[in-house]
Amino acid sequence: MTTDMRTRFAATASQLLDEDLSTAVVLADISAQLFTEAAERHPERVVNVGIREQLLVSVGAGLALSGMRPIVHTFNAFLVERAFEQVKLDFGHQDVGGVLVSVGGSYDWPAGGRTHMGPEDVALIDTLPDWSVHVPGHPDEAETLLRHAVAGSGRAYLRLSSQQNASPLPVRAGRFSVVRRGSAATVIAVGPLLDPVLEATRGLELTVLYATTVTPFDGPTLRATLAKPDVVLVEPYLAGTSSRSVSTALEAIPHRVLSLGVRSVEARRYGEPDDHAQLHGLDARGLRARIGDFLAEGPLTS
Amino acid sequence: MTPSQGLPRSTGDTLGYHDLNDLMSLMTGDEKHTVSATSTLDVLWVLYDRILDVTPVSADDPWRDRFYLSKGHGPMAYYAVLAARGFIPVEELRGFGSFDSRLGHHPDRVLVPGVEISSGSLGHGLPLAVGTALGLRAQGIGSRVVCLVGDGELDEGSNAEAIAYAGAAALDALTVVIVDNDSATLGWPGGIEQRFAVEGWHGVRVDGRNHAELELALKQRTSGRPSVVVAEVEKES
Repeated sequence: MTTDMRTRFAATASQLLDEDLSTAVVLADISAQLFTEAAERHPERVVNVGIREQLLVSVGAGLALSGMRPIVHTFNAFLVERAFEQVKLDFGHQDVGGVLVSVGGSYDWPAGGRTHMGPEDVALIDTLPDWSVHVPGHPDEAETLLRHAVAGSGRAYLRLSSQQNASPLPVRAGRFSVVRRGSAATVIAVGPLLDPVLEATRGLELTVLYATTVTPFDGPTLRATLAKPDVVLVEPYLAGTSSRSVSTALEAIPHRVLSLGVRSVEARRYGEPDDHAQLHGLDARGLRARIGDFLAEGPLTS
Repeated sequence: MTPSQGLPRSTGDTLGYHDLNDLMSLMTGDEKHTVSATSTLDVLWVLYDRILDVTPVSADDPWRDRFYLSKGHGPMAYYAVLAARGFIPVEELRGFGSFDSRLGHHPDRVLVPGVEISSGSLGHGLPLAVGTALGLRAQGIGSRVVCLVGDGELDEGSNAEAIAYAGAAALDALTVVIVDNDSATLGWPGGIEQRFAVEGWHGVRVDGRNHAELELALKQRTSGRPSVVVAEVEKES
């Protein structure tokens, strides 16, 4: 089944509604058209609250308080940023579980402008305890990670995007995949940036790890595969979001980290996602230039 | 005489309305006339004494009635009622707000038996109650969800989202009690209950100190419509 992540999410969530009576999908108009059939089959477990994002998140948590497993969905800026206190208190402080699923990525619709760009979402979620964060790079991975998250009882954030890799990898929640091994630095490619990273690093003696769960951070795999303590983190959202996790994983050894991702700027530019990948240096050419400089610099010698 | 003299010492005993002032004094150290002014006291007592189907034994039963105290500030009356009904030991009230106590100045559901939601930040309880009422309905559980909100707290826009949606969703398991002590800075021209009525809620205004009026209003439910009970109490001086 070739499709985009959002369509696959809706199809999978609809199946989960059929399979598990404790699940409920909560919407705020966004993607509601993808749940029409599921809502007919399960009118009490597909809840569309209209354009009310505070209520969206609180209703999800209220469902969890009643013993259900909510899947809460809208654009990332509205889900995580607009309703952040609801995420923090109604899920975290109430200590109930749920699965938040966003679409929109950092710049899936650049023509929509700043209001529909959400590069800050993962950094914000990471300020809260006991959330897992999944960033699939392909619809198949989105399905795997959604099923994993819903089957659990904790709090999970699943970040979907229209940017995706050409082929899926057999991902396992919580673990990095080792794409290739090399004797120099390690590049950690997150979600949809794997393809640009592989193109940018072609011919270089690098280890490439593929991360689809960034929180908790798979420090054991990073340490076990580390040939040289030089790490390049390539993230499809705010640059450096997980650099703290890299530092924690490598706290016992001197190391260098290059954090590449979306720069924190008010770009005020429209266009296509590719334009913004280039703007932030996240296209293959931009990545190769930055990674090349980092490898050439090496550690400072005294 | 200290306020606690003559109070039963064990959790299992059930105390009455007239013990509440003494119980609250354990937390505040104040004399009775100050604590009895607590705006939520009578509503809370009537709810736990005459309305809600929940006891310490049924506190984890999926079919229990839920009470969500959204206005978490000033929870002494709430803790006193929970102690009187046997959810928490009377002795524990003395530690109120201290480092080793489970009883904070805003309640925490993870710490306190019988507390259904952690509150403190205003405008969260009613939206949570809407979600819980939806969840109970989806599971075929006929329990009630009662949420207490302050009239000042109603300023929070999240409540407006919840009021509109609950009316449209015909959440008749949901009852909101507004304790109205005229504390909203801009007031509610036309009356608080009108804000709910236009969204399809059944609404009534009662004397928030009159137990018989409160009981009658809180027992009433209208099929297909959520209910609001505005409990009017004296303005704080």
